[in-house]
Amino acid sequence: MRSKRFITNTICHILLAILSVIWVLPIFYVVLTSFRAESGSYKSYIWPRGFTLDNYINLFKGSSSLDFPKWFMNTLIIAIFSTILSAFFVLCVSYVMSRLRFKMRKTFMNIALVLGMFPGFMSMIAVYYILKGLGLLETGVLKQVALVLVYSGGAGLGFYMAKGFFDTIPKTIDEAAYIDGATKWDTFIRITIPLSKPIITYTLITTFMAPWVDYIFAKVIMGNETSYYTIAIGLWTMLEQEFVEYYYTQFYAGCVIISIPIAILFLLTQKCYVEGVSGAVKG
Amino acid sequence: MGVFKKKDQPVYARPADASVSQAFKNGNIMTRLSFFIFGLGNIVNKQIVRGLIFLALEIGYFAYLFSFGIGALGDFVTLGTLEQGQVYNEALGIYEYTAGDDSMLCLLYGVITLALTAAVIFVACMSGKSAYCTQFRKEKGLAVPSFKDDLKSLKEENLHAFLLAFPIIGILCFTVVPLIFMILIAFTSYDHEHQPPGNLFTWVGLENFQKMFSEGSKLAATFWPVLSWTLVWAVVATVSCYILGLLLALLINRKGTKAKGFWRFMFVLSVAVPQFVTLLSMRTIFNANGPVNVILRELGVIGMTESIPFFTNPLYAKITIICINIWIGVPFTMLSTTGILQNIPAELYEAAKIDGASAPTIFRKITLPYMLFVMTPNLITSFTGNINNFNVIFLLSGGGPDSMDYYYAGKTDLLVTWLYRLTITQKDYNLGAVIGILVFVILATVSLLTYRRTGSYKDEGAFQ
Repeated sequence: MRSKRFITNTICHILLAILSVIWVLPIFYVVLTSFRAESGSYKSYIWPRGFTLDNYINLFKGSSSLDFPKWFMNTLIIAIFSTILSAFFVLCVSYVMSRLRFKMRKTFMNIALVLGMFPGFMSMIAVYYILKGLGLLETGVLKQVALVLVYSGGAGLGFYMAKGFFDTIPKTIDEAAYIDGATKWDTFIRITIPLSKPIITYTLITTFMAPWVDYIFAKVIMGNETSYYTIAIGLWTMLEQEFVEYYYTQFYAGCVIISIPIAILFLLTQKCYVEGVSGAVKG
Repeated sequence: MGVFKKKDQPVYARPADASVSQAFKNGNIMTRLSFFIFGLGNIVNKQIVRGLIFLALEIGYFAYLFSFGIGALGDFVTLGTLEQGQVYNEALGIYEYTAGDDSMLCLLYGVITLALTAAVIFVACMSGKSAYCTQFRKEKGLAVPSFKDDLKSLKEENLHAFLLAFPIIGILCFTVVPLIFMILIAFTSYDHEHQPPGNLFTWVGLENFQKMFSEGSKLAATFWPVLSWTLVWAVVATVSCYILGLLLALLINRKGTKAKGFWRFMFVLSVAVPQFVTLLSMRTIFNANGPVNVILRELGVIGMTESIPFFTNPLYAKITIICINIWIGVPFTMLSTTGILQNIPAELYEAAKIDGASAPTIFRKITLPYMLFVMTPNLITSFTGNINNFNVIFLLSGGGPDSMDYYYAGKTDLLVTWLYRLTITQKDYNLGAVIGILVFVILATVSLLTYRRTGSYKDEGAFQ
């Protein structure tokens, strides 16, 4: 009996080891190539002949056509503004849906559900023309404003997660505040929000990460204005035919650079996510 | 001693049935007129500011309508009549373009005008109701709220209106209006041969839908295979990620497994890296000259100059994409199932062990049914997410390998990536819109049927 358990345990550990190698190898390859000294794209061998930090240094020096530091700042600015705006939208809508009762509530929730089912970029072309009509596609800076609006405009529809969290905050807390003379607004600002740190962090981080990983909308809106690109389009550009030979290793360096902060943020969200779905204040 | 200052909040009585029809039936002449001259009922009852705001909205709308809106509505019906022309300029000796109507803008301004009209009708109803409430209070000799009281009510009984205003404006501008616009385009002839501003397009009714479904056309010959691959992909991707992720979670959570945190971390790492980074590097890794082929060459599995066509052979491409998707999706499932697994009552397992059930039986009879019960909503979302899984296909294979039998689609194109190609590359906006509507119909049926049955929809107040 004992030896049998030992054998199954060993098999399980070996299986896990093999699986985690499969899962880690591609990431390892990305890191490895980012330090590769030889330029050029595909090689007929795996292990680099030499190692260097030049890929990172050149990446941060930037060049006129592919300016990584500029892209980084662009994305950061867009991410900050769209986070503020969409977190505001999401929290407002989810509080209203969770706590306030009014005539159109169920209708609104059903409409939100239906709207979420259309493919997102089906409306992209129309959004493009609306932004053009508003004159937001004239210069690069305005395009950045447009991108912020695109990322946060419809954010109010993604209220389900935060609403679920607010639903778990006991109503008795609100009622106690009403008795003390608080208006519903006071309750929202001074009771619900301070109690909702995990879900607010979750909302903030998820909306903050969106501009770093979105390719399609950014590409359609920015077109060919390379100096206003975000990271995602920039990295994609590096793999295009005309650039790939020269920028292949720098592409991997760029991947590593932006993966690190995003990975950290993601691990943070994981914690908040678990707290978020498990509810707020008990009893 | 409360934290909040106690404020005197007078309660303003409302008629029991403050609806539009009641306001029209029971209201006096001023109230009824308020439906047409906004704010009239408020102004005569000394609610000057509220009345003036209503009036200003109405004046603003009509100013827009007469200066621009009526023309826009006319163009919306015809979608433009004046085609762009060429005039020979003798002095310069070249052809010059004369400006024609831009059907695209006609449609867009038409939609915007209609949306504004709907908004004004809404304001008209509000104005009538507001006048009716004021009339009711006056007749009963009750207090009439001043403008200051109105502002205060935004923090209390009208808080929902205040908080929802901005998000809803955002949703209207960036989701609803564009969506209506694109749905309308499905009924026009806006394809690559009718590109504004050079050419006009016009309403064609259901013609695009007919083209999509008519027997023997190239579009139908593309649509059905793409649809079936989309469904196959969605089912296989969802099920494979779910089952394998669940097994992985079980493997890590086994009693005998050491260093659980370490193993979990190894898998979470791949989730933490941004998806487009993993997808783009996977594309290079499986490239004809990428590292996988290099390793296979060195191991002697394939010849030194050969390479396995991971993305260029239709069948291989499909298998490769599904495998890469498993690589991406399994850690996600592992993360979300771990918590739920730990909640399965231990008595169930003990009872099963006493009855002499083997490990596979326990998995099939206890773990899987329990997990399915808890996670059905998750499964539905990931199924619909996979139908719309643009990133994986677009960044990995780009829909390729292309097929001559298809209308600008590749063998691994999903409906959404085909939609992208039709609109962005091919400029057949009307066909793209038709596909968008069809995708919507599929998703709507799947999720409304199932979502409405879940517990979280039925009793959302269970924990309040």
